[in-house]
Amino acid sequence: MNWLLVAPIVIPLAAAVIGFAGRGSERTQRAVSLVGAVGLSAAAAGLLTVVWREGIASVQIGRWPAPYGITLVADHLSAAMVAVSALIGLATVIYAFGDTRHGPLSQALHPLLHALLAGVCGAFLAGDIFNLYVWFEVMLIASLALLVLGGRPEQLDGAVRYAALSLIATTLLLSGIGLLYGLTGTLNMAELHVRVQEVEDQGLLTLVAMVFIVAFGLKSAVFPLFFWLPASYHTPQTAVSAVFSGLLTKVVFTLIFRHDVGYTHELLLWVAGLTMVTGVLGAASQNELRRILSFHIISQIGYMILGLALFTTFGLLGAIFYVIHHIIVKANLFFVSGAVGRLAGSTDLERLGGLYRDKPLLAALFFVPAFSLAGFPPLSGFWAKLLLIQASIERDEFVIAGVALTVGLLTVYSMTKIWLNAFWKARPDDAGPPPSLAPQRRWLLLAPIAALAIVTLAIGLYARPLYTLAERAANELMAPSNYVEAVLGGGRVAVTAPGYGGNAE
Amino acid sequence: MEPVIAVLVGVLMAATVYLMLGRSFVRFIFGLALLSHAANLVIFASGGMTRARPPLIAPGESQPLPDVANAVPQALMLTAIVISFSLLTFALVLAFRTYQELETVDTDRMRAAEPSSADAGADAEQRAVD
Repeated sequence: MNWLLVAPIVIPLAAAVIGFAGRGSERTQRAVSLVGAVGLSAAAAGLLTVVWREGIASVQIGRWPAPYGITLVADHLSAAMVAVSALIGLATVIYAFGDTRHGPLSQALHPLLHALLAGVCGAFLAGDIFNLYVWFEVMLIASLALLVLGGRPEQLDGAVRYAALSLIATTLLLSGIGLLYGLTGTLNMAELHVRVQEVEDQGLLTLVAMVFIVAFGLKSAVFPLFFWLPASYHTPQTAVSAVFSGLLTKVVFTLIFRHDVGYTHELLLWVAGLTMVTGVLGAASQNELRRILSFHIISQIGYMILGLALFTTFGLLGAIFYVIHHIIVKANLFFVSGAVGRLAGSTDLERLGGLYRDKPLLAALFFVPAFSLAGFPPLSGFWAKLLLIQASIERDEFVIAGVALTVGLLTVYSMTKIWLNAFWKARPDDAGPPPSLAPQRRWLLLAPIAALAIVTLAIGLYARPLYTLAERAANELMAPSNYVEAVLGGGRVAVTAPGYGGNAE
Repeated sequence: MEPVIAVLVGVLMAATVYLMLGRSFVRFIFGLALLSHAANLVIFASGGMTRARPPLIAPGESQPLPDVANAVPQALMLTAIVISFSLLTFALVLAFRTYQELETVDTDRMRAAEPSSADAGADAEQRAVD
């Protein structure tokens, strides 16, 4: 079972290296990329099954015992996130087959995509904060390279903003890690959880926690640190946008779940509300498909922060449910926007139209994720929003529940705007004839969209398994003694009470 | 020794902020270089600075002699230096390519990704179309 924990990191890394070596031949590269993505999905599914049956799994690399060696840990949260990442990775690889012809672009795209997946999975599974930082950098380097792939001016411009803020954020994270090590003398997350409660100067600890929050907040684009996201996410290849929007901010967000050390949750509640509102208002003013969707990422992150800010098991449950739902839906919407661009020749709402008549299948496939994002039953977004709003009302936070509902309504506005302009109104005369696309490539574009739409629908109709998964993950986060025990072994007395401020692991 | 390092970190941070608030992306990159130095010094200082032996085990022994220095912060710094070096290189190449494409390093005049009609970046908008 040890190899199961290592596999989600090793498989994409191997796929990246072999894919890069075999970049000369289209057939080889595609085969490697596909096998890598399928292999990753299989490993992730296996890992999730093991964690589901047997609880938290951990492995000490090279048999150096924790807290001294390198530890990989999979609890319900990280196993679920690895599984979703693998799913999105597989969808992206297939989509990229249809989207990008073989050439310098796709030669670099596939290896980098796998490198990114390795970084993402590594960050989820890392058991100590310094390894986390390293996987973070792997992810960052791969994402920077993906962002500028193609080298168009707006990509470079977007990359400047993305690079600037990401590099500050990672340096902050590094300083935070250094300070935390100075305070506690350990880097292992399980050990940290125990040691943090023994630190005498809790004020210093709060300071370090704030450094972490700002670093993670920058990376996950919360209010007021979000400006880089809508400036960069719409510029790269669609496949890249999709995987970014699905995964990157959410990786960081999942880490906030874990590293929530001690700060006022009241503050986070404000951050959540403001993030939701600014994101959705920003989206309302945009006229380009992918820019609208980029702003919606921000507003959706507000919902996830909300679940964290409530800081009840039920709130965390809602937030975890939301993250998983959101990754699938958001990546799918970016796929749809890319398919619209390929099939209709533009992603600018003013130059689109008539897609409902011309491409009814695409219209149907847009409908599912768009209205899931807005929270319509029976789609997955409905349950996600319902859980979060119910959790807010349980904590008597009626204002934020109202904000969440209003933002949901504004999301409907944005989605309706896309629907009206791109799908319903007549195609403008000056738009020119739509580009032609080989049927085979069209199917490669539409297949991942359809598959993810089915997943969304399945979660909506049969939410129980995901609910149970989110419930278990939330319980683990609120009472991390199992996590500590799984990593450090039963020899050490685990502290059960979520001590200072919460679940520092 | 720690107070000296702490002041040094403060000075580096101040210089970083000054450089980063400038509009030139090149200045920003220099700021970034200083920032990563500051972060490394933070790790160095927070690991505890002592006059001690190198953490090496003599031949024939199974553990180091007492009073060895803590090797962990040094290992962390080494990793961090390598990573920040590679990212710095990327940022420099990015700045150069951006200068080639947009003919400016002034971040206020980079409007290709977010064109606005009110802005003077009409030519950037033109480029964004194709």
